[in-house]
Amino acid sequence: MQERGDGGAREASGRRARGQLESDVLAALWAADGPLTAGQVREALPGDLAYTTVLTILSRLYDKKMLVRHREGRGYAYAPVRDEASHTAQRMRSLLDGGSDREAVLARFVSELSEQDEHVLHQLLTGHDARTGDDRPTEGA
Amino acid sequence: MLISVYVPFAVTAVLAVLAPRLAHVLPPRRAAWALACAALVTAIGWAGALSLLAFTGVAQIPEVAERGRWSVSALQAEDPVSLVVAAGSALVLAAGVVSLGLAAGKQARLLVQARRERARLPQESELVVLDDDAPTAFALPGSPGRIVVSRGMLRRLTDREREALLAHERAHLRCRHHLFQILWRLTAALNPLLRPLAVAGGFVLERWADEEAAQRVGDRKIVAHAVGRAALASAGASIPAALAATGGAVPQRVRALLAPPPPRRTLPLVAGGLLLAACCASLVNAASDSDQMVDSAQCAAYAATATAPSVGEHRREPDFCFED
Repeated sequence: MQERGDGGAREASGRRARGQLESDVLAALWAADGPLTAGQVREALPGDLAYTTVLTILSRLYDKKMLVRHREGRGYAYAPVRDEASHTAQRMRSLLDGGSDREAVLARFVSELSEQDEHVLHQLLTGHDARTGDDRPTEGA
Repeated sequence: MLISVYVPFAVTAVLAVLAPRLAHVLPPRRAAWALACAALVTAIGWAGALSLLAFTGVAQIPEVAERGRWSVSALQAEDPVSLVVAAGSALVLAAGVVSLGLAAGKQARLLVQARRERARLPQESELVVLDDDAPTAFALPGSPGRIVVSRGMLRRLTDREREALLAHERAHLRCRHHLFQILWRLTAALNPLLRPLAVAGGFVLERWADEEAAQRVGDRKIVAHAVGRAALASAGASIPAALAATGGAVPQRVRALLAPPPPRRTLPLVAGGLLLAACCASLVNAASDSDQMVDSAQCAAYAATATAPSVGEHRREPDFCFED
């Protein structure tokens, strides 16, 4: 049995633009607990990327001074350049703090939740039935 | 004129009630386009119908009639619109235009501000990671747009959920969702009845980006979990009291993603299209009626001056008079 069914979603991954691959690698490194080797980055990325592709992207990001690296075994382990002191985060926050008008320009991933939303979400995510209008936890189901 | 000029108002009212409901049963991409068309056409119909009604009042001002060379009494005899309605329409139209201007200014300022912030970002990559533990993620439009995500958000998601998040924001940028939002906001500023369309539109765009992400990741459940976990993480970080009551959108998105993809329905689209066509047709009909009314008032004015002793100034006979 070959896994050809997955090809539809994956077929674009080979031709994904460079910029998107760089984003994926950068996001993976920021999400990690510590520095990652090229092999570890490859595992964290979607699709079947060639090892050399990952290496190329890592060294490109390193050249852009967005990553730091240190020797680990026969290769390097990479980590993002930390930037806590920068004002970028602060400015971005102030860009978001402007009421609902901002939402037209800035597409936020998630909007705020009410307490009830939070409750419903917990239910949905923990595998309860996605029955509509069922806001109460059902006992002994 | 008597009825057709009011049809755009009726269509607007019907769509304001029905469109948000229809938007939830259609596939989000179609729904977004349908809502955009509905908002644009009804806004034009609304403004056009108000202008026609207001014009019937303005045309009865003697100075205006003098310049336009039509007879006020002939117009009054023919005109089915009362002066109160005409004056009311003029007021509503003026208020709408002022509010549209203000909203346009605000959106333009926001776009400029977003552009400036984008230019000031340190890196030139598509993704900008904020070294901040509070979870945030949004798309900054422009050419090219940027995806801004905080470290806190990335660390709370799994590998595939992270992929879903990036795919979602990329869809917003690629499909230029901010232009849809701006259109809805401006039309709602012109006509407050269209506000439900703007609200439904905002939701539908999120659903559209969710569906695109689901296609990219190849698993709707993963996107559902990414959305849900990101929302819960953000809620834990800080809940602005003023916004806490609005919600409801995120659970609906998660529910929709956990359910099978919405079927392609054409009936609501056809019905909406017919309504919009009726709106356009009646506006054109009302405009031509209004034009005819002015023409005959001009003929009446010409006939009056032709029988009166010469006023010295030669008046050209309107070429559309006495044809039949």
